Amino acid sequence: MSLIEPGTPAPDFQLIDEKGARFTQDDLRGHTTVLVFYPFAFSPVCTDQLNLYDEVLDQFEEQGARLFGVSCDASWSQKAFRQHLGVSIPQLSDFEPKGAACRAFGAYHDLGFPQRALVIVDPDGIVQWSYQAPTPGDLPGANLIFDGLAAARTAS
Amino acid sequence: MTDLGSAPLPPPAADDHVRGRDDAPLVVEYADFECHYCAMAHVRLRDVAIRQVFRHFPVRSKHPRAWACACAAEAAARQGRFWEMHDALYDDQGRLDEPHLWERARRLGLDLQRFEADRRSDAAVERVRRDFESGVRAGVVTTPTLFVEGEAHPGIPDDALLRRLAARD
Repeated sequence: MSLIEPGTPAPDFQLIDEKGARFTQDDLRGHTTVLVFYPFAFSPVCTDQLNLYDEVLDQFEEQGARLFGVSCDASWSQKAFRQHLGVSIPQLSDFEPKGAACRAFGAYHDLGFPQRALVIVDPDGIVQWSYQAPTPGDLPGANLIFDGLAAARTAS
Repeated sequence: MTDLGSAPLPPPAADDHVRGRDDAPLVVEYADFECHYCAMAHVRLRDVAIRQVFRHFPVRSKHPRAWACACAAEAAARQGRFWEMHDALYDDQGRLDEPHLWERARRLGLDLQRFEADRRSDAAVERVRRDFESGVRAGVVTTPTLFVEGEAHPGIPDDALLRRLAARD
C-alpha cells in the first residue's frame, strides 16, 4: 500500500471526532487541512510529535491550515491521550471499521495501525502534499509540514 | 508570516550562548530546561571538553515551566551569567517554580529587579523564540538534540558519541 499522491482528490472516507460526530470528505472543503496519521495514542514517539506540532499550532493557523491527529484508537482513548499531553490538536478516530480511512489514504501499516504519515488537502478537496516517515518510529519535523504547505500554495 | 520551513542549522552567532575552548569539538545543543533527558545530557557532557552552543527548545505542553526557565536564563544572560543559571537549572530539576528562580538569581548575585524585568520582557521571549524556530527549521523534533559536524543526534548522547567527541579533543 502506498500513500496517496499529490494531485489526487481525497478519497471517500469517514472518521469520528471526539464528540462522536462524523468527519468526512465534505468536511475538507473550504479549508486547508493537515491530516497527521500516527500509529498509537500514548506511544512515545507520537507523544513528542503532537507536543511539537502543538507548540507551533498558531503558525499553522496563521497559514490558514487546520491540523488533525488520526489514529485507529477509540475516540475516548484519543481524548485521554490529548488531555494527557495537554495539547489542543483535535483528534479523529478510525476505529470502526478499523483502519478503513487510513487504507483509503494509503496510510495503513500491515501490522494493523496507521503509518506515520502527513497529508495536506487543499480547500477543494485535492491532496496537495503527502509524506510518509521511513519507519513508524521516525518523527517528521514540523518543518516538513511547513514545506508541504508552501508546496501546496505553489501548486494550487 | 513566520517561515518555519526547512533551513540549514544556523552557525554560531555573536549572541549565541557559547562556552568551551575555541579549538574543542563544536556541539550545538537544542534543549529545554524542564527536560530530564536534557539534564542527563548536561551531566554526560560536563566532563567532555567541547565547545558548547546552547539553544532553547522549550515545548510548553510537555513542560509547563520550560518557557519561564528559558526566559530566566536569558535574563541572567543580560547580567553575564547565562551558564551559571543554565547549570543551576539543570542541577536541581525538582525546583523550577517562581520562588526557586528568584532564589537562584539571588544566589548568583544578580540584580533582582533587573532580572525580574528582563525575564518578563518581549526581548527575552523573542530571543527564546528565535532559537526554537531555528531548531524547528533544522528539523529538531525532540530534546535534547545535539548537532555535531552538521549531523543531528536526538536524545541523551550515548557512549559512542561521547567517545567521538573526546577523541577529537
